[in-house]
Amino acid sequence: MTVKKAFAFAGRKVLKFFLLIAAVEVITFALMEASPIDPVTAYVGASTSIGAEQRELIAEKWGLNKPPFERFGSWFRNILHGDWGDSMIYRRPVMQVIGQKFASSLLLMAAAWILSGLLGFFLGVIAGMRENSLADRLISAWCHVLISTPSFWLGIFLIIVFSVRLHLLPAGLSVPIGVLQEDVSFADRLTHLILPVLTLTLSGIAGICLHTREKTIGILQSDYVLYAMARGESRKSILHNHVYRNVLLPAVTLQFLSFSELFGGAVFVEQVFSYPGLGYTTVQAGLRGDMPLLMGITVISAVFVFAGNLTADLLYLLIDPRIREGGQRG
Amino acid sequence: MSSELKTEKDFKKAPGRLRPVRGTREQAILHISLFLLILAGIMIAGSRIPSGSIYVDLEQISQPPSLKHLFGTDWVGRDMLTRTMKGLSLSIWVGIICSLASTLTAALFGILAPTLGGRADALVSWLVDLTLSVPHTILIILISIACGGGFRGIVAGVAATHWTSLTRVIRAEVLRINTSEYVRASRQFGKSRRYIARNHLLPHVIPQMVVGTVLVFPHAILHEASITFLGFGLPPHEPAIGVILSESMKYLTSGQWWLAFFPGLCLIMVSVMVSALGRSLERILNPATAYKK
Amino acid sequence: MNEMPVFQVRDFGVSFSQYENGVTRRELHVITNLDIELYEGKILAVVGSSGSGKSLLAHAILGILPDNAVVYGRMEYRGSRIGAEQIRALRGRKIGLIPQSVNYLDPLEKVGHQIERSVRGGKKKEKKKKVLEMMERYGLEAGVYDYYPHQLSGGMARKVLLSIALLSDCDILIADEPTPGLDEGSLREVLKDFRQAADEGKALLMITHDIQAACAVADRIAVFYAGSTLETADVSDFGGDGSLLRHPYSRALLRAMPDREFIPAAGNQPLPGNLPEGCLYYDRCPERRVNCKALRPGSRALRGGRVRCDYAT
Repeated sequence: MTVKKAFAFAGRKVLKFFLLIAAVEVITFALMEASPIDPVTAYVGASTSIGAEQRELIAEKWGLNKPPFERFGSWFRNILHGDWGDSMIYRRPVMQVIGQKFASSLLLMAAAWILSGLLGFFLGVIAGMRENSLADRLISAWCHVLISTPSFWLGIFLIIVFSVRLHLLPAGLSVPIGVLQEDVSFADRLTHLILPVLTLTLSGIAGICLHTREKTIGILQSDYVLYAMARGESRKSILHNHVYRNVLLPAVTLQFLSFSELFGGAVFVEQVFSYPGLGYTTVQAGLRGDMPLLMGITVISAVFVFAGNLTADLLYLLIDPRIREGGQRG
Repeated sequence: MSSELKTEKDFKKAPGRLRPVRGTREQAILHISLFLLILAGIMIAGSRIPSGSIYVDLEQISQPPSLKHLFGTDWVGRDMLTRTMKGLSLSIWVGIICSLASTLTAALFGILAPTLGGRADALVSWLVDLTLSVPHTILIILISIACGGGFRGIVAGVAATHWTSLTRVIRAEVLRINTSEYVRASRQFGKSRRYIARNHLLPHVIPQMVVGTVLVFPHAILHEASITFLGFGLPPHEPAIGVILSESMKYLTSGQWWLAFFPGLCLIMVSVMVSALGRSLERILNPATAYKK
Repeated sequence: MNEMPVFQVRDFGVSFSQYENGVTRRELHVITNLDIELYEGKILAVVGSSGSGKSLLAHAILGILPDNAVVYGRMEYRGSRIGAEQIRALRGRKIGLIPQSVNYLDPLEKVGHQIERSVRGGKKKEKKKKVLEMMERYGLEAGVYDYYPHQLSGGMARKVLLSIALLSDCDILIADEPTPGLDEGSLREVLKDFRQAADEGKALLMITHDIQAACAVADRIAVFYAGSTLETADVSDFGGDGSLLRHPYSRALLRAMPDREFIPAAGNQPLPGNLPEGCLYYDRCPERRVNCKALRPGSRALRGGRVRCDYAT
C-alpha cells in the first residue's frame, strides 16, 4: 500500500520534473545564445592562424549558421535520442566527459556529504541539548562564521596551513603531477583527497548543525519530553529515546535537500585544488565557451538536485509513521 | 509551618540561561548602529582611496605583514591593506545593489502572485521551483556568461537566484493579510484598494523586505567574490576581493599567505557582521520575538 | 482518617519571574497555598476552573516546570520530608503522572514500546508480555502495541497513559485533566479504571475542572481557587444543597453545576500577577467581613475537612 503510494508519488514528481528540465534546457540555451562568446573561437581556441573560410566551414559543420530556433530544435531532439553533442574543449561526446568527471566528483562529494552530515548532526545535538551553554555558543558562533566563509577561501586557508606551512598534505590535483593514472597508489589518491574533502565538509556543516540544534531545542520543549522527565527518564535516556528519534529524519532529509549546495561547493573546491571533477570541468567549459558541455552539465546538475529532493520526499513518505500509517484507527 | 524549600539547580530543565543585561531591543539597536558605522567606515575609506594611491613600489615587493604594511605587500609592492579596503568597499556596493535587485524581484512576484491569483500564482510557484532546480552556482555562472561577465552579470545572477525565499515569505504574508478579518471588514466599508495596500499591507510587508534585503546581502557579497574568483565576475583590472584572491593562488606555494589570508578574512568579517545585523533586525521587527527576554 | 498520608504537600507555591519593560522583574504567583494529602486506596480530586493555576499543579509537584519557576513549600513522602533531589528520584518510580493527552507520547515511537519503558528489569520478551497483559486488562487489543500515538482515539490514549503509570509500580498517580474530549462511555470507563486502581491500593490525585466527574469518583475533593486550596472535604459534603460545605466559594461552585441550580457566580478569579492582600475570594464573597480584606485566612481543620475561611462553620 505504502510502496504503491510512494511509486505513484515518485511518478508524479518525475513527470513534473520533465517539464522543469525542458524549461531549464530552453533557458540555458537562451542564456548561451545571449552570451557574447563566439562558439567558433571557443572551438579553435585563441589561435589566429585560422582564416575566415575555415571558420565558416567549422560553423557549417556545427550547424552554427542556422537560426537559434532551428538549432535548439535539433539539439533538443538529439538529447531525446541520447545524443548530447560533442564537447568542444575535450573533443569527445559530452556524455562521456560528464560521466568520467562525475565519477571523480562523486567520490569527493559523497565523502564530504557523509562527513558533514555526521559532524553537523552531532554538533547540533550537543549544542541543542545544552542551549546557551559555552559549548552551544561556540558551536553556533563557529557555524555562523562558516556560513559566511566562501568555500574557495576555506580551501586556500587549508592549503596555507597544511601544505605550505606544515608540509603535511598535497595542495592540489587528485593525482601527483607526472605520474601515470595507472601508477597512482591508493594512499596517494587518499592523501590528495583529504584537503578537498575537508574543505567541502566544513562548508557543508553549518546548515545541518544549526538546523539540528533548532530541532533539538524544540524537541526538548515538547510535551513528550516533559512527560519523559515526569516518568523519571534521565537526560541520557531522553537523548537516546526521543531526541535522536525525532531529529534524525529531518536531519537526513535536509542533507538530501542540500545536494544543490553540495554541487555548488564542489565547483569551488575543485577549482582551488585543481581536482579534475565535474566542478572543475564546469569552470573550464564556462571560461572557454564550451556550450554543449556547459548545457550538459546544467541538465545533469538539475537531475542531481532532483534526485536529492525526491529521496527526501520519499524518506518522509516511507519512514514517518504519521504519513506512512495514515490517520486514527481507534 | 512555611519553612521554605527553594528549588535547587537540578530541579530545572536546562542549565540556567544567561540573561542579557539589556533588553533585546536595546541590544539589537546597539549592534545595528555599531555594524552600520563599521560598514560606512569601510565604504568611506574605500571611496577616499584614489586608484592612483595604490602605487607600485618595486622596492617593497612581496613584504610579509609589518607595522608599515599591516596586510603585507603584493608582487609589485602594492599595500594589501589599501587594496583590501578598496575591494571591500566595492564588495559592499555590489552587495547593496544585488540585494536591492533581488528584493525588488521578490516584492514584485510576492505581491503580484497572490493578488492576481490563479494562473499567475501557479506560475510564480513554478518559477520558484525552476530556479531552485539548478544549483545556484551553476545558474549564476550561466547568467554571468550570458551577460558577458562584469558587474551586470553578477547583479543579474545574484538577483535571479536569491529572490525565491523572500518571494515565498511575502506571498504568504500578503495572502494572510488579504484573507484576514480586518481587511475583509475594511473592504466591506468601501475602503479603496490603495487604502488597504497602504494601511494594511505595506506595514507588514515592508519590515519583511528590509530584513530580506539585509539577509541576502552576505550571500550577495560572497557570491560576487566567489564568481569573480572563478573568472566569471568582475574583470581582473577591478580592485575586487575575488580578483585579489584569484591572483593570490599563484603565489600560495611560494609562501605568500598574507595575499589571500587578510582580504578573505575581512570579507568574512563583513559578511558575519551583516548576517548578525540581519538576525537582530529580524528579532526586533518580528512581533513574536520582539519582546522576548 | 487517622492513618498516615502517603504523600502530602503543604503551603506549596509556585511563582514565575517575568521581565517587563526590559529590566524590571515581576513575580507571578501562579500557585500560592496548596495543601493536599493523598492516602492509599483513596482518590483526591483537585477541582478548579480555568485560570486557577491547576494546569501547572502536576508539573509543579513533579518538578518539571520551566527554568524561570521557583517552587517553595513542604512535601512529605511516607512521613519523611523530601526536596527536589528526592522528587527527581521518585518521579516515574513512585509518583506517576497521567498526562492530559496523546501529545505527551513520542509521536515517532510505537505505543507498545513507550508503555514498555515503564517495566523495569527483566528480559525483552517478559517485558512485552507484561505490557500485553496490562493492555488486555484495560480492553486494548494486542494490535495497539504497534500503533503510533496519532492513531489512538481519545479513550484509547487514556488507557495507554494509565497503563504506563500502572506498570511503573508507582503508588501515587497524578492524573492531569483526564476527562476532556471523551464521550460518555469512555469517560465512565476512565473513571472506573481510576476507581479500580485506587481499590488496588494506589493513591490517586485527579486534577480536573469537572466537578461532576470528581463527585462521581473521588473520595475527597479539594477546591482550588486562584492558586490556593480553599476547602478540602469528603465527597459526601458535596451532596444535597451543599449546606455541609465550609467555604462560600465551594457552595457557589456547586450551585453553578448544570444539574443543580446552574447559577454561575458573578465576577472573576484574581490574576496571578495581581493577587489581593487578604482573602483571595474577598471580591466575590457574599459573606465577606471587614477583616477579610486585610488578612489572608490560614488553613484550619473543621468538621473533618480543612478550610481557608475564618468565619466558616
